[in-house]
Amino acid sequence: MSAPAPEELKAFLEQQLPGVTLSQDALALAVLPRDLADVCRVLKDTERFRFDYLSNLTAVDYPPDSIVVVYHLYSMHHRHGPLALKVTLPRSAPAVASVTPIWRAAEFQEREVYDLYGVTFEGHPDLRRILMWDGFDGHPMRKDYVPEDQNA
Amino acid sequence: MADDGLKSELQKQGVFVTTWDDLVNWGRSNSIWPLQFGLACCAIEMIASAASRYDIARFGSEIFRASPRQADLMIVAGTVTKKMAPQVVRLYNQMAEPKYVISMGACATSGGPFHRGYNVLKGIDRYIPVDVYIPGCPPTPQALLDGLQRLQERIRSRPMGRVMDEKRGEYPVPEFGPRGLEPRYTPQVWQPPASHPFDYQRAARPEGGSGGGAA
Repeated sequence: MSAPAPEELKAFLEQQLPGVTLSQDALALAVLPRDLADVCRVLKDTERFRFDYLSNLTAVDYPPDSIVVVYHLYSMHHRHGPLALKVTLPRSAPAVASVTPIWRAAEFQEREVYDLYGVTFEGHPDLRRILMWDGFDGHPMRKDYVPEDQNA
Repeated sequence: MADDGLKSELQKQGVFVTTWDDLVNWGRSNSIWPLQFGLACCAIEMIASAASRYDIARFGSEIFRASPRQADLMIVAGTVTKKMAPQVVRLYNQMAEPKYVISMGACATSGGPFHRGYNVLKGIDRYIPVDVYIPGCPPTPQALLDGLQRLQERIRSRPMGRVMDEKRGEYPVPEFGPRGLEPRYTPQVWQPPASHPFDYQRAARPEGGSGGGAA
């Protein structure tokens, strides 16, 4: 089955969820942070789309203002995908709803994004650092992170 | 003690003359048991060295031990992340004397391609003494076998009594700090070079890292 076009998804979601604002960003759908949980729930539960597999969740740092969290969705049932969702967050205090209740696969990936980029995922069951140790200071994948001088 | 010419003459007559040191070192250098652990892709080459094609057993080192108490040699095969470094040092401390270390590959020696990263140790020789460095990314099995032979030569060249007098002992296990490992190196093993042609970090950032106590 062919993958649904972003235009089709956009039209469907705006009809299903009044008040949701979406925009098309190349092949991705840009979602506002407040709409993310609703949009993901509909994308997963609607039979036509049934995005039952979150294959990737990561972030991109765009200094000085924003961090973009990116979601890649597939449907194992319909064998279509990927659909990319992008959520732009303020770099000073990035926070967005966790999708772990929707896709369990998000749990470790959200922890990784929290660890390396400092994004807070609200509603995550266990938001701790996953790669760096507890007590590590800072988020090393941010572009303005300065690694320590090991020779100092 | 018989000189080499006399030894050779006697051997032709069927008389074998040696010294206690030579005999012990012959045995020690031909049964170096490595500690069985690998950290990254270098470990794959190490495994290949142990398999039939390259067969490290030809040099007496085929018995990889899963316990540091039974190992003579630590082959640091791969990238030492800051998170792994304390465990590597602790394993070294748990090995019985006399003990040796081979730093296998660019990562274990200097951080390699991750040298500019935030998460990799810039050389295991910051925390434990290294006997043989093997270049390569990763080194071929031949290179590892060459490194092993260099180590064997080194073992054979030292009288056994002196080796035991120069016990390596234990070294401090680094701890996790807010920006990296603390301390950043063990001064009795390693000192930072005064200057280096590739010392980009100091040139670019004269203030250095902000966290932790500089040693």
